[in-house]
Amino acid sequence: MRWRLVLPIVIVFALIVLLGYGLTRRPDILPSAFIDKPAPAFDLPTLASDRDRITVDDLKGRVTLVNVWASWCVACRAEHELITAVSRRTGVPVVGLNYKDTEADALRWLGRYGNPFAVVAFDPSGATGIDWGVSAVPETFVVDAQGIIRYKVVGPITREEMNASLIPKLEQLKAKGS
Amino acid sequence: MRTLLVGLLLLLATSAAQAVDLQGEELARYHALNAELRCLICQNRSIAESDAPLAQDLRAIVERQIAQGRSDAEIKQYLVDRYGKWVLYDPPLDSATIILWAGPFVLLAVGLLVVFLLMRRRRGAPTPSPSLDRERLNRVLDEQARDADSDSSEERS
Repeated sequence: MRWRLVLPIVIVFALIVLLGYGLTRRPDILPSAFIDKPAPAFDLPTLASDRDRITVDDLKGRVTLVNVWASWCVACRAEHELITAVSRRTGVPVVGLNYKDTEADALRWLGRYGNPFAVVAFDPSGATGIDWGVSAVPETFVVDAQGIIRYKVVGPITREEMNASLIPKLEQLKAKGS
Repeated sequence: MRTLLVGLLLLLATSAAQAVDLQGEELARYHALNAELRCLICQNRSIAESDAPLAQDLRAIVERQIAQGRSDAEIKQYLVDRYGKWVLYDPPLDSATIILWAGPFVLLAVGLLVVFLLMRRRRGAPTPSPSLDRERLNRVLDEQARDADSDSSEERS
């Protein structure tokens, strides 16, 4: 009977495909609990300002990119150039969320590498980071004009990801909003 | 079993550096909850075991919310809202986790079915002993004898 010969081969092959699929996945990247949900509320001082505050309502009215970063975060340094490029190419403002940092270190970092942010919210305790489900910096959220989170990048964005998904997503949301 | 686990955790907690302002039953709940919550950074440890800064923050949140009188379910929901069901080491049964819960039993059932079928086949249909087809045997033998005759006659001629 032929199926007796073929069946083990089919089973082994299916197993190889399954294990191969498992190997190509990234178990450290977790699906966000916030996709298509309203951006979590926050009310934070802006970096290097005693009076100005920024709240979640300031994100509404246009598409924004929220980038969680810290001066101690090496990967943030790596994506810095791309965050700047995304903002310049799409015209979407980037709101920084400075996470568990000191004001002096954050300002020095911006001074040294350039400031891609329209405004930076200062969150030294990391409480807003927890409300946003941040597990490790950097993380980047796309928030639409209604204040709904539409997309999220965990870890530093890569050039491929920027061109293939982040910029198209921003353009699509911008077109929908206007 | 559960009290044993909690007792063990209490023992561990006395050696941990973090000071916790909870007493008695609340402290037991604190340690039990921490053991059930997964650390987001070192992903194969609970927040009770991990010393990652985020785990420390989450422990502080658990402590604060217990002190505020929130229930275990409310605290878990608070974290699930932020990090997804992934933070729970004991995920609830729903459409997304059904494979996780049912998978081992389905595999076991398939395995048992295969074993059962193989056993039944072996017992139900014993391999038939080769029966002798006398008629055919005689025919073959006759043919061979005839061939041998003609061969030898050819040789002779």
